[in-house]
Amino acid sequence: MPAIELRRVVKRFGAITAVDELDLEVPEGICLGLLGPNGAGKSTTMRLLTGQAIPDSGEIRVLGHDLPGESKAARAEMGVVPQLDNLDIDVSVEDNLAIFARLYRVPDVQFAVDRALDLARLRDRRHDAVDELSGGMRRRLLLARGLVHRPPLLLLDEPTVGLDPQIRTEIWSLIDALRTEGTTILMSTHYIEEAERLADEVAVMTHGKIIARGKPAELITEYAGSVTAEVYGPPDRLVEVRAQAEAAGLAVRAAGPAVAIMGVEKAENNGIPEDAIRRAATLEDVFVTLTGEEAE
Amino acid sequence: MSPEPRRTIRIRRLEPVAIGGIMSREFANFRTYWKGTTFSSILEPVVYLLALGLGLGATLVNRNVDGVPYVQFVGTGMVATAVIFSSALPAMFGTFVKHRFQNTYDALLAAPVDVEELVTAEMLWIGLRSAVYGVFPLFVAMAFGLDPAPAMVLVPFFCFITALGFAAFGITVAATAQKIDQFNYVTSLAITPLFLVAGTFFPINQLPQGVQIAAQLNPLYHLVQLVRDASFGLRMVDFLHVAFLVALALFFWRLAIRQMTKRLID
Repeated sequence: MPAIELRRVVKRFGAITAVDELDLEVPEGICLGLLGPNGAGKSTTMRLLTGQAIPDSGEIRVLGHDLPGESKAARAEMGVVPQLDNLDIDVSVEDNLAIFARLYRVPDVQFAVDRALDLARLRDRRHDAVDELSGGMRRRLLLARGLVHRPPLLLLDEPTVGLDPQIRTEIWSLIDALRTEGTTILMSTHYIEEAERLADEVAVMTHGKIIARGKPAELITEYAGSVTAEVYGPPDRLVEVRAQAEAAGLAVRAAGPAVAIMGVEKAENNGIPEDAIRRAATLEDVFVTLTGEEAE
Repeated sequence: MSPEPRRTIRIRRLEPVAIGGIMSREFANFRTYWKGTTFSSILEPVVYLLALGLGLGATLVNRNVDGVPYVQFVGTGMVATAVIFSSALPAMFGTFVKHRFQNTYDALLAAPVDVEELVTAEMLWIGLRSAVYGVFPLFVAMAFGLDPAPAMVLVPFFCFITALGFAAFGITVAATAQKIDQFNYVTSLAITPLFLVAGTFFPINQLPQGVQIAAQLNPLYHLVQLVRDASFGLRMVDFLHVAFLVALALFFWRLAIRQMTKRLID
């Protein structure tokens, strides 16, 4: 039985269709990265899974519970780490965890709190108010709060958004450890590197739909080939390079100050300038090709 | 830390564990700001009693109102003032801030908690707090000569049921308002008139007939009557006062749940 199943789910906000006939299945024990640009419908999908949004149509099943009717039972068995920090900042680290341990009906609250403090590496800060913690510590605490009841399913909504690279790496290590231990994870992100490093499978979402799904390496091969060439130069030259590559039947995208030409291994240098820098294709190439959005 | 084997949790409506969990969050936060709140809850009735009870009271012909020394009349009435200010206002501002600025409800609703439990827990917490703070003016009035009476032990209960209604009213307002500035209309058009025309500072029976009838719909009027009767002698009509306050709390409880559901669930 999949941990999460969505069948033809639609969610509209007035004239805007945030989630559009979405089909999504997350098997138990994997980390699925839901990758998409801002406004793709990732956060709405997360809210649908916690019962904080009700679909206009379609079916949602989480850990065998039909939503929204059995949403409370499903939430008892899942952990949620939100995009926005909603810790109680004046309250101690320990109390923040204890409150949620009680809400999750954990039989031994103190044991669960100690375990979560160890996970967040905050045992020595347990009596401090959250306001006194650094940004990275707060993010670790937020993650530990979602795991205080050791759920089999974890929803991570943009888990490292706004964090500096060092803290981001710390959080990635924690998530990776959970994945290794068998926790099913659905992680929405718009960071390519995050999805590439952590996700067993990636689903690319845009305009409320999944437009591609697979293991990162498979997606790269399918949508971007194996080698990408980047050409730098003044805007006029980039326009020229783009036109030549497209004429040779190659997929091209803007890559900041450069033009990236994908699948060049099939081109036999036809349409590829000599000064092009060749590199292995990445998930970013796939993302931009599929969504038309610049990656972060 | 591998996941625990799945536990089957029996899920029902209005679960004490969910309500208790949310109240424990309120208590944990309260421990960080209780000193300031308690200080003002004690100081305010003292100031009112000094200014009105002793100041204004001294200008009255025989210093009595409805057969009671004015300072004790105001002192017992101030219980209602303490209740509305420690229930309706914290419910309005607290709910709005927790929803809009702190995203607290997003965190709580991601746990096995529903909006009905959330609203109920918030109401119960505010009700309990107001039951404690509501008694302070009575103690202050005792310092100004009010004799203790056995029925005064009921005053925290009277404060509690009144505060439940005001808490639910405040939550309803917060769930309906688009901007925090809109609370100004509520305080000016609802809370201030309720607070002034409740028989706290002057007897209702001296007002025009229409206002007297309107005052019967003011929950604070019923609380003032209950507190005065607990202090000077309970009457059968007090059951009706209690029934009115309970009915009002039930009405606003359901309304608050409805409005909060609209606000929190997309």
